[in-house]
Amino acid sequence: MTLLEVESLVVSYGAIRAVRGIDFALSDGECVSLLGANGAGKSSSLKALSGLMRPASGRVHFDGKPVTGLPAHEMARMGVTLVPEGRQVFATLTVRENLELGGFNQSHEHNQEDLTRVLETFPSLEARLNALAGNLSGGEQQMVALGRALMSRPRLLMLDEPSLGLAPLVASQIFEVIRSIAASGIAVLLVEQNVHRALGIASRGYVLELGEITLQGSSADLLANEHIRRAYLGHGMGEGE
Amino acid sequence: MSLQELLQQIVNGLVVGSVYGLVALGYTMVYGIVRLINFAQGALFEAGAYLGVATFSLLGAFGTRQPLVGLLIALILSALFTGGLAYVVERVAYRPLRNAPPLAPLVSSLATFFLIISIIQVITGAQPLNYPQVLSVTPWSIGPITLAPTSLLIAVVAILLMVGIHFYVQRTKMGKAMRAIAVNRNAAALMGINTTWVVTFTFMLGGAMAAVAGVLFGVEYGSVTYNMGEFYGLVAFTAAVLGGIGNVPGALVGGLTVGVLSSFATIFLPNQWQEAIVFAILILVLALRPQGILGERVAERA
Repeated sequence: MTLLEVESLVVSYGAIRAVRGIDFALSDGECVSLLGANGAGKSSSLKALSGLMRPASGRVHFDGKPVTGLPAHEMARMGVTLVPEGRQVFATLTVRENLELGGFNQSHEHNQEDLTRVLETFPSLEARLNALAGNLSGGEQQMVALGRALMSRPRLLMLDEPSLGLAPLVASQIFEVIRSIAASGIAVLLVEQNVHRALGIASRGYVLELGEITLQGSSADLLANEHIRRAYLGHGMGEGE
Repeated sequence: MSLQELLQQIVNGLVVGSVYGLVALGYTMVYGIVRLINFAQGALFEAGAYLGVATFSLLGAFGTRQPLVGLLIALILSALFTGGLAYVVERVAYRPLRNAPPLAPLVSSLATFFLIISIIQVITGAQPLNYPQVLSVTPWSIGPITLAPTSLLIAVVAILLMVGIHFYVQRTKMGKAMRAIAVNRNAAALMGINTTWVVTFTFMLGGAMAAVAGVLFGVEYGSVTYNMGEFYGLVAFTAAVLGGIGNVPGALVGGLTVGVLSSFATIFLPNQWQEAIVFAILILVLALRPQGILGERVAERA
């Protein structure tokens, strides 16, 4: 079943069109990656889909319902959750408060269950629950951002560059968690610069270039594609990570 | 200066300072959440005081027979109506300017301030209006100092409300939403928080507190004037800055400090100097400790 359907989406900053009419879709429980260089329009697409920006034109359906231009809090209530670029934890609030804010529209019982589950996923956060989120390392902050998103019981989790600025080992840990989130049946839309890792988790991918989708296909096909290898994986040598 | 005089001025200062603190709360909460100095706050204080007079005159004889019940009704009605007025102010004067440069809403808040005060003057005239006597003004003697029952009531109500607001902001869901928006409005929206409503609600809460302060002030001084919002609005602003703007306990600390300091000033200088002293304090604070007594520069990691 189609969970998210995007038709001719255009996102503009004033006169600049960052996204120039893209179409894509995502099924329930599917993990899809959105790839592309800096400025290709990936983050702008996520901002429009999460409700942080109003699309200039186009249509978005979620779960069969029209959701074009709904504000962010209403998208979140429908189960569309964005983990924004740069994590954006609430620095002066404690880790516990950050996680509880993720479950803002969930019942107290749900929050208690989900908090336990988040701490099982990220055991290192347990000792830091009462620390201010701003005092955590970048990796721990990403865990808070992911945990906070899971607390909202998302049906579609959108991740904007989750590995950005993280040490390789920490990034690997975060990718493993994303893999297990996807395996748990939550649909994931993953925006990543690390194309190899992203396609290792996602089943399909779209490549954005200058605001347009120029290529799409299964992860295996994209990984084998000569253009992708040249442009994003290092001169077609296929040296992996 | 005798010790007795000193103690008496401290007590007087604490009473009036608790009222300043209540008004300062509105400045500090709105600043904390949207980084706007809402100068309309002084006018909301005045509007609250006048709505209190209106309530008492509507209550008529009942208000004189049951002054405490009358006061309670005046406090509640004034808080509700002034909260409603704050809602209108936010909708009309600030929300349309949400994405404008910060100077625009600041100027808009000054305009709103003068607009409300002018309307009050047009409706009521320039004559002061009297407040009914709620409690005995015959002061109690406590050791070397004297304290009127009304004054004690005012300080207790004001301080309890401020402590209540502090726990509201720290403990409740709405309070947590306010603090989240203060850090990062977009991220708060992504949590499913209706940030527009929380901001509006913060304005309304600030307005309601200003109204309570206005009514208490009227009861303490026995009368209200059409321009009272100018001076006391700025004094409360000074209190908010002194305590650390954006910091809720800071409003109480700042209010009490300004109250006591300006009270002290009357020992050494004629009463007319009080305004000059308050604003000299503001300049000193801004020069020496711009973040205020309880304010801190918070390091935020990207």
